[in-house]
Amino acid sequence: MGLVLRMTGIGKSFPGARVLSGVDLEVAAGEVHALIGENGAGKSTLMKILAGVHTPDEGTIEIEGRALAFGHPLDAQRAGVSIIYQELTLLPERTVAENVFLGREPVRRGLVDRETMERTTAELLASLGEDSFGPRDLVRRLSVAQQQVVEIVKALSVDARIVVMDEPTAALAEHEVELLYRLVRQLRERGIAVLYISHRLREIFDLADRVTVLKDGAKVATEPIDRITTADLVRLMVGRELTDYYPPRAQRPPGDVLLAVRGGGNDRLDGIDLELRAGEIVGVAGLQGAGRTELVKALFGAEPFTRGEMTPRRPRSVRDGIAAGIGLVTEDRKSEGLALHQSVRDNALLVARARKGRAGGTVLQLLERVRLAPPRPEQEVRYLSGGNQQKVVLAKWLTVAPRVLLFDEPTRGVDVGAKAAIHELVRELADGGMAVLMVSSELPELIGMSDRILVLRDGRIAGRLPAGATEEAVMELAAGS
Amino acid sequence: MRRTLPIFGVLAVLLVAIAVANPYFLELPGFLAFVKRAAPLAILAAGQYFVIVSGEFDLSVGSLVTAEVVIAARLIDGDPGATWPVIALLLVLGALVGLVNGAVTTFLRVPSFITTLGMMLILAGAVFLWTGGAPRGALTEQFRTFGRGDLGPVPWSVLILLAVVAAVVLLMRADFGRTLVATGDNPGAAALSGVRVPLTKTIAFVLSGASAAVCAILLGGFAGVSAQVGQGLEFQAITAVVLGGVVLGGGRGSVVAAIAGAFTLEALFTLLNLYGISGALESAVQGVILIAAIALGALNLPAWAARARATNATTHTTPDPTHAKG
Repeated sequence: MGLVLRMTGIGKSFPGARVLSGVDLEVAAGEVHALIGENGAGKSTLMKILAGVHTPDEGTIEIEGRALAFGHPLDAQRAGVSIIYQELTLLPERTVAENVFLGREPVRRGLVDRETMERTTAELLASLGEDSFGPRDLVRRLSVAQQQVVEIVKALSVDARIVVMDEPTAALAEHEVELLYRLVRQLRERGIAVLYISHRLREIFDLADRVTVLKDGAKVATEPIDRITTADLVRLMVGRELTDYYPPRAQRPPGDVLLAVRGGGNDRLDGIDLELRAGEIVGVAGLQGAGRTELVKALFGAEPFTRGEMTPRRPRSVRDGIAAGIGLVTEDRKSEGLALHQSVRDNALLVARARKGRAGGTVLQLLERVRLAPPRPEQEVRYLSGGNQQKVVLAKWLTVAPRVLLFDEPTRGVDVGAKAAIHELVRELADGGMAVLMVSSELPELIGMSDRILVLRDGRIAGRLPAGATEEAVMELAAGS
Repeated sequence: MRRTLPIFGVLAVLLVAIAVANPYFLELPGFLAFVKRAAPLAILAAGQYFVIVSGEFDLSVGSLVTAEVVIAARLIDGDPGATWPVIALLLVLGALVGLVNGAVTTFLRVPSFITTLGMMLILAGAVFLWTGGAPRGALTEQFRTFGRGDLGPVPWSVLILLAVVAAVVLLMRADFGRTLVATGDNPGAAALSGVRVPLTKTIAFVLSGASAAVCAILLGGFAGVSAQVGQGLEFQAITAVVLGGVVLGGGRGSVVAAIAGAFTLEALFTLLNLYGISGALESAVQGVILIAAIALGALNLPAWAARARATNATTHTTPDPTHAKG
């Protein structure tokens, strides 16, 4: 089998962060090559470099022996690279055939040759054994699985040599996954190289011929699938030295139950049972799409549970959740946490004002409590560093003295020093009698901070681990092996 | 505050230019006459400010002013006893139109540009249907006093303007005002902080409608009854607000600057008039101002401000690229 893709020494930095360094990757014709790694390991960046979206700082890419020019996605496409993104990129209001031939419609006598488009599309669909929809159907009427078929037809119609699939099963229902497997195997039989990005280990063992593991932007191994075990993969993906310092865990046993859910569910979550007690930090782990953000939003009332019982009560709206003493520090400060053009004061007081209540203490006292330095209430928050912005979000919640505080990725985009400060604050709040639930993709942080850990998978709690669980244990539950 | 400074500079320059051309302007009666003329637009701009800072538009206020004046003339029809009840009715009607605008925009999720454009057409059509093109009835002297009469040396409309300015400044410093601006800046973050975003925006529309009612009461007195009295006022109000440095899309700008924008626009019209430039140019000038103010606001001003702050700041304050919103 000939080599289709050869990436050599790929390196890439974004301002302030090195994302990839010295990554080598080779994929042969008719091979399904899995690429795995934790959130943030560099999988997506590597894929975007192959797609021509990002230009690498160093390294070369060859497709079937020819060097790939960087700079534009079209170059990659012409070289035979087809990418199927997690968020499908089809035009919903066009037909299947129009999508397949988008931008390169066949022309006859100056007009678009719909007949050829539709015939070719129909032939390709038939060759994949797909008969549930036809070339004239509108894409918006298709399921996600069917849209993936359209993407693959598109790849076949441009005679792609390598097809990259980014987390293709993330949005699929259980029964649709089999369908996808079949498609991937058909691609392999046609001698197309498939680069399959996923962090679900089961899929990798089901599909892949070889697997490459990325960790912290570097390649740690490439192995044939039959010479490696789940345990090996997990060890390769994590296994980082614990160099960071975390504040000491709770000194006292946890107190009263401040929030409890039994059988909580909505369209993204199911069978959620949990209790949060005064004084403890409960960590929530899970892969992307496992329902972590959905869980905190449900507990808070922003995307409420539609099933199950919750005490003290099941919030039906954000205001309901706040009234029940719950606060949420959102994942995305800029889009969901702060009004960026407003002052520190106006942001810090927003929750209190919305409740028409007075904040406990002055703004300065509040800023001192979250250790905002320097405490300048009139400054617009957009000029603050990420860490200081996060402290303002925290201050916003402290005005109403919630009993339960939910954190979604509390240290994302925060520099190392500010991270430690936020960790200390979170622990302090717990020690002060709050119940804390913290979602984090960073396993060291999650393990370092949590008094116990819940692991989510596919919208359910896949397992519960005590303080000091290993990264391997968390990943095994999260990846579901 | 920095954003509001340019408008006061421009206003000062224009006022000086008027005084040079017409020294009477420097005497109290001359100046008060100018303020009196500007008062209706200033009040309308204050109302429009609430809507714009919340991230929406209100295009219906011009038609609303016309409708209110026409309704007032017909209902009062020269009967002094009807003056006060009708004034109350006008205020309620203005607020009600605002309520409909707000409810349609927030609960039915129709973009406010369309909602209020529709309301503008509906009101214009209703007025035409009702009057057949020529308004009937008459306002009482009592009613017209607010727009053209004086209390001692001071015109009533100036006193009403001062009261409105005091009220809106207090409102903007209160919880409602701060929450309103935050909502315009980032409705998602506001909602997740427990702000009732639809209610807050609806109140902004109600305030705009009520301000149109006050504007109509002043204009009816000042200019008399006609079916054209409010024509183009919505765009004058929006121009004034934008001129004051309030950012379309919401979240930035002060109400005082918006009112100063109205005065600036009025000063410009006065100046054009003094120099004998055709009134027909007013609308063209206004168009140029509207576009220029937004272009400057969108491109240069935030960048200057960011640079100024970045260099002034004593600590590590990173200017954030995301501030180039809208």
